[in-house]
Amino acid sequence: MTVTAVPDTSPPVERGWYKRNEIAITPWLFLLPAMLFFAVYVIIPIGQSFWISFHQWDGLGEKTWVGTANYERLLGIGDQNIDRKFETSFWNNIKWLILYLLAIPLGLFISLFLNQTVRGIRLYKSLFFFPFVISQVVVGLVFSWFYLPNVGLFDQMTGFFGFQIKGGMLGNPDWATYGIIMAGLWPQTAYCMILYLTGLNAVDPEQVEAARLDGAKGWKMLWYVIIPQLKPATFIAFVVTIIGALRSFDLISVMTNGGPFGSTRVLSFYMFEEALSEFGFRMGYGSAIAVVLFFIMLGFIIYFLWSMYQDEKGGR
Amino acid sequence: MFPTPIEKSSRQWQISYQLILPLVLILWLAPLLAVALFSIKPDADFVNGNFWGMPSSFEMFNNYGKVFFESNMPKYLLNSLFITIPTVIGAVALSAMAGFALGVYRFKGNLLIFFMFIAGNFVPFQILMVPVRDLTIQMGMYDTVAGLVLFHVAFQTGFCTLFMRNFIRALPFPLIEAARVEGIAEWKIFWYVVLPLMKPALAALAVLIFTFIWNDYFWAVVLTQGPNAQPVTAGITEFNSQFRAAYHLMSAGSIVAALPPVLMFFIMQKHFIAGLTLGAVK
Repeated sequence: MTVTAVPDTSPPVERGWYKRNEIAITPWLFLLPAMLFFAVYVIIPIGQSFWISFHQWDGLGEKTWVGTANYERLLGIGDQNIDRKFETSFWNNIKWLILYLLAIPLGLFISLFLNQTVRGIRLYKSLFFFPFVISQVVVGLVFSWFYLPNVGLFDQMTGFFGFQIKGGMLGNPDWATYGIIMAGLWPQTAYCMILYLTGLNAVDPEQVEAARLDGAKGWKMLWYVIIPQLKPATFIAFVVTIIGALRSFDLISVMTNGGPFGSTRVLSFYMFEEALSEFGFRMGYGSAIAVVLFFIMLGFIIYFLWSMYQDEKGGR
Repeated sequence: MFPTPIEKSSRQWQISYQLILPLVLILWLAPLLAVALFSIKPDADFVNGNFWGMPSSFEMFNNYGKVFFESNMPKYLLNSLFITIPTVIGAVALSAMAGFALGVYRFKGNLLIFFMFIAGNFVPFQILMVPVRDLTIQMGMYDTVAGLVLFHVAFQTGFCTLFMRNFIRALPFPLIEAARVEGIAEWKIFWYVVLPLMKPALAALAVLIFTFIWNDYFWAVVLTQGPNAQPVTAGITEFNSQFRAAYHLMSAGSIVAALPPVLMFFIMQKHFIAGLTLGAVK
């Protein structure tokens, strides 16, 4: 090592370029792989889908530019009628969104029921959470047997009350969507329950005691003291429920495959059906549906991000 | 504590609570109990319309034996494993690094990139479907395990980065500053200081991603076909067409398909719930 023999004339030691800029460069090096993957598989495809939605494309040959024709056909602009399948799917999506939110109060209710300290309660809690761990495909299968006409447990139960759904829950176009939503509520309620159980654990006992001394109890206590403290849990429950509702695909695909008579389609399912249909791939039209779904979701995403941003500003 | 602890209430209510609890649980899990019952019944029961009664003979070994030895089920299970495990490793590794970068350093665009990851994670799958399928075909990875893994790693990185970054934010920052004062290289700080503290987050994410990916159905249908690379969630539909209306076999197949994440959940329960409820408490 001859270098060390040279007298050190200019302290501090001249360091390498990397060493000097270490703090500035390191984060980018650490971010690079994740950003690369995310850009290639998530960010860029969103743009590509927009682009494809202005084309007619079978997925193999050349794309043909058709301008906004796909959207006009979808929404019935000009001298054509609105795409009936799209209309049904859209309204079914609204039904999913509204009814799926029932998972939040149901989850809260079960968590209040389970928030005790008796023997074996931990096992009870995890068994109640069970449905969420199982894949939606299996949930769908299980519920389609539950709904079987005549022999199914559900039909026998409603029959007991002198009430029969014609063709069975999933065979009846007026009922099928509600049947699927009910199946979806099962795991979703379990998820909300676990969120609230965690939230209840962190409720400030002093506030509860103070409120009790002031004579608050039951519903009043719940509404004015407990629920405000559960706000973070409610926010997350809301986020995951909305996303779950708009992502509904597995259950529909397994339970009814869109039927009967297309009455259970939602946008996510209809898009898949169009893009990869048996009658030839209509990628352009499918992408247009996906873009509509994306914009519905975007409204919620902006709200979620805005809420999180408010929190961030409060932090470090 | 709310509601009022049961120990402080009347003896009557205490006893009835203990009685109601198992009843409610049985009702709640009724659909699953029914499948479990189906899976040990003989075929004859379904022909005779004995759907919900006691099994006329105990056929558990027969039914499950058929699932394992007379169908593609073992192949599908193996595929699921080969898809799930690399995805878990990939997504956790990428997001640990990204989370470190976003959680520790202040630089322009930090929050913007972070929000990109979150927003991407909320996007509907359908907007990605056509381009991702096309890309996978062009890379010659359609109907391969690798094609699915690459996509899953990329997509799950969004959620995982959100998780990791928030976890790292909550670590004591002076620890990192102290290491810097000592003149330790930044990557060494990641490896020797931050990573060991992140073990709970790594465990939580690993179980969560395992469950998410094992249960994925949509991408399995979009990016694969047939027993070559398809995971068990998609395979179960083929299995069902093989044994059409054979409820006892379909139930046994469903239980086998659902079991791995269930086991994972029970073994790693604490981490699993910690992961799912991140942010539910301030």
